[in-house]
Amino acid sequence: MAIIERPTPVLDIPALPAAPPAITPSRTFGALKRPVASTGWKSWLFTVDHKKIGLMYGATALFFFIVGGLEAVLIRLQLAAPEGKVLNADLYNQMFTMHATTMVFLFVMPMAAGFANYFIPLQIGARDVAFPRINAFGFWCFLGGGIVINLAWFLGGAADGGWFMYAPNSGPVFSPSNGIDFWALGLQIAGIASLTGAINLIVTVLNMRAPGMSLMKMPVFTWLVTVVQFLLLFAIPVITVALFLLTFQRSFGAQFFDVAAGADPLLWQHLFWIFGHPEVYVLILPSFGIVSEVLPVFSRKPLFGYPFVVFSGAAIGFVGWGVWAHHMFASGLGPVSVAVFSVATMAIAVPTGVKIINWTLTMWGGKLVFSTAMKFAVGLILLFTIGGLSGVTHSVAPSDTQQTDTYYIVAHFHYVLFGGSVFGLFAGFYYWWPKMFGKLLNERLGSLNFWFMVIGMNLTFGPMHILGLQGQPRRMYQWTEARAGEGFFNIAFWNLVASIGSLVLTLGILFFLINIVVTARSKVRAPLDPWNARSLEWMTSNPPKEHNFDSIPKVEHLDEFFHRKYEEDPVTHTMRGVATAEQVLAELERNADPHIHMPSPSYWPLVLAVGLPVIALGVIYSTMVAIVGGFIVLYAIYGWALEPATAVASDFDTPSTNGHAVSTTHG
Amino acid sequence: MAETTTHDAHVSSTGLSNVKLGMWLFLGSECLLFGGLISTYMLYRGRVSDGPTPEQIYDIPFTSVSSFVLLMSSLTMVLAVSAAQKKDDRGVNLWLTTTALLGATFVGGQVYEFTAFYNEGLGFSTSLFGSSFYTLTGFHGVHVTVGIIMLLALVAINKRSSVPGSKSETVEMIGLYWHFVDIVWIIIFTLVYLIPV
Repeated sequence: MAIIERPTPVLDIPALPAAPPAITPSRTFGALKRPVASTGWKSWLFTVDHKKIGLMYGATALFFFIVGGLEAVLIRLQLAAPEGKVLNADLYNQMFTMHATTMVFLFVMPMAAGFANYFIPLQIGARDVAFPRINAFGFWCFLGGGIVINLAWFLGGAADGGWFMYAPNSGPVFSPSNGIDFWALGLQIAGIASLTGAINLIVTVLNMRAPGMSLMKMPVFTWLVTVVQFLLLFAIPVITVALFLLTFQRSFGAQFFDVAAGADPLLWQHLFWIFGHPEVYVLILPSFGIVSEVLPVFSRKPLFGYPFVVFSGAAIGFVGWGVWAHHMFASGLGPVSVAVFSVATMAIAVPTGVKIINWTLTMWGGKLVFSTAMKFAVGLILLFTIGGLSGVTHSVAPSDTQQTDTYYIVAHFHYVLFGGSVFGLFAGFYYWWPKMFGKLLNERLGSLNFWFMVIGMNLTFGPMHILGLQGQPRRMYQWTEARAGEGFFNIAFWNLVASIGSLVLTLGILFFLINIVVTARSKVRAPLDPWNARSLEWMTSNPPKEHNFDSIPKVEHLDEFFHRKYEEDPVTHTMRGVATAEQVLAELERNADPHIHMPSPSYWPLVLAVGLPVIALGVIYSTMVAIVGGFIVLYAIYGWALEPATAVASDFDTPSTNGHAVSTTHG
Repeated sequence: MAETTTHDAHVSSTGLSNVKLGMWLFLGSECLLFGGLISTYMLYRGRVSDGPTPEQIYDIPFTSVSSFVLLMSSLTMVLAVSAAQKKDDRGVNLWLTTTALLGATFVGGQVYEFTAFYNEGLGFSTSLFGSSFYTLTGFHGVHVTVGIIMLLALVAINKRSSVPGSKSETVEMIGLYWHFVDIVWIIIFTLVYLIPV
């Protein structure tokens, strides 16, 4: 219902423990009263605050990260010794399918979406996103989709066709359980989250930047996430089509991928990878953005070649559309297609290489501070480069034909996804934690977290290069001693190493979880500007106020915050401090806007999102249930459309006279 | 509304309102949705198994008439937007209703066409041609139906003068969606019906 939502539904800050409770909710036409709770679970359930939504994305994604991680550990335990008995073949199929699905769609994407939600409005000097209710709706769709996908575990078995779900494995003959139905419908719902999020964030970035912030003064994280949103905007509808075709085939007797009926199974592969390859950049670019924020801060230097980082990011966004068929070199595309996609794949390594060089030169000559965030950022540069290089070897089609479906591929994409995406996200955790929660994560535990992860990840995925080149296929649930080979290339040895590595990796993640608990219990508050940071999100309190900025800053520089703290000395040409972070913030608070109106909470995003899983269950089990779901959706849409953008007078409390009166600090 | 002025001024770096920019992005995304469906149809239209072929069942004159009706609804939609900009409430209701009726006529024609094809032996699972034809045109039909619901809903709540936001912009947004769905039909009609297999 983007079409009738106003950008700024107005209600004076509802979350005011200090303000007198003058709010009397009005009845909207949709029959539900407007929610006004500012504390407790209701304030989260019905919130439209981009920061709360960002945190909910993050917390949910972290939960799915643990689930996906346990699935990975089970896979490695099964493969640790010959003829593994931990899982049977069927369960093993479900395990690797759900591990990949969970990590891609339910961890990395939503975690990046969480960071984007939380930090993009802050980085561009806005008070919220363009469509706050749609933002909330997106989160609930993601959660609903994740639940639907995982429900299958308890209702006859999860999806088992591999995360790219090739035909004929996705057909009812080879996968008789409902797992793939849940998978397709769940991803469909989660896709709505990505699509609405993409529209929302693009509009926010294009329309709501603080005065003076031109596109080329935007922080790199915002830039690269914007590129990601364009990729999602055009990639999600393609997977939507593919998933619909699959659902129609499995539930309604269509024949799209039924070879016996004359269908072409390559149709699925094309549709999937036209989505799937841009998706790869959807997974990595947010992490590239995070390290582009972290490296300059901890090198005490501006990012080297800002325009190159930005434009190479945009270039990846364009070229990323022309490489999908390199996932299909073994499918007999014909020499011309193979040559074209081979060359395009080599070409896309260039803009990525540009970034690696920019990051390295950012550190060159800088006063490096090896905080945990910095360690993860440097880890990303090194590990992603390894994964990038093995990726280039895939672009050589004859070589790729040998590597297809072996552990060499598994090694490659774990280096770029774990060494790249996940390390970037962890850099983001350590860098932004004080901004989000007002407390610094423990650096000693952080160091353990980092080293165990880096060693564990190399022990796990490094040997997979050897395993793959020795010919160990992906998705085999057992290997036998008789075929293990000898000497250095004995796959029994390297499988054991990889499995031990996965346990080391698990310990590393455990240190992170312990760190969260320790930090939450600690009473030490983080200083206002713990890292001596550079961008606008640090020009707010820790955590930011409900309305982010007391007055919207006027932006004159890239790295505006830095330039408010430091000026160039005309004689020595060195930077000298002119103001502390506290002084900069106090200046903003002195000029606080007299009236700050924030979007009001709403029931409708949640109600609407609840209707979708009901429809999905209806498609699988009973049309009646789907009809009920349809009515919920229709009811919610009407309630949403009729909810006045401008709340009636009784919904307002007395307008604040300055920013202080409406400010609130989260506990 | 006075309080919102600063915020409204703040939100228009591109000069387009948030809603309009969002709508254009959504329609851009929809292009790829129909792109995928049309590609599927083009791949499979010749694969008829034992079922009827496109030439045997298409009734070009009938579909031409219903296509004409749908295209005329774009004209009435423009008149509705124009009336909204002149704050002519009666005109808005008149033209929105007319647009919805023309759209409903088109959907009615599609229902008739589907029934006729089914009776001639083309079921959803008869052949790849059947599956992909019904999926593509069905998706388009659902889009038109959603448009009709939006039009009628707007007429209904317009009378209560309770449309949140700017009324003329709301009408204009539904108009953008409606024109898009029409343009998609022009492409579908050409590729599906007019170009021989």
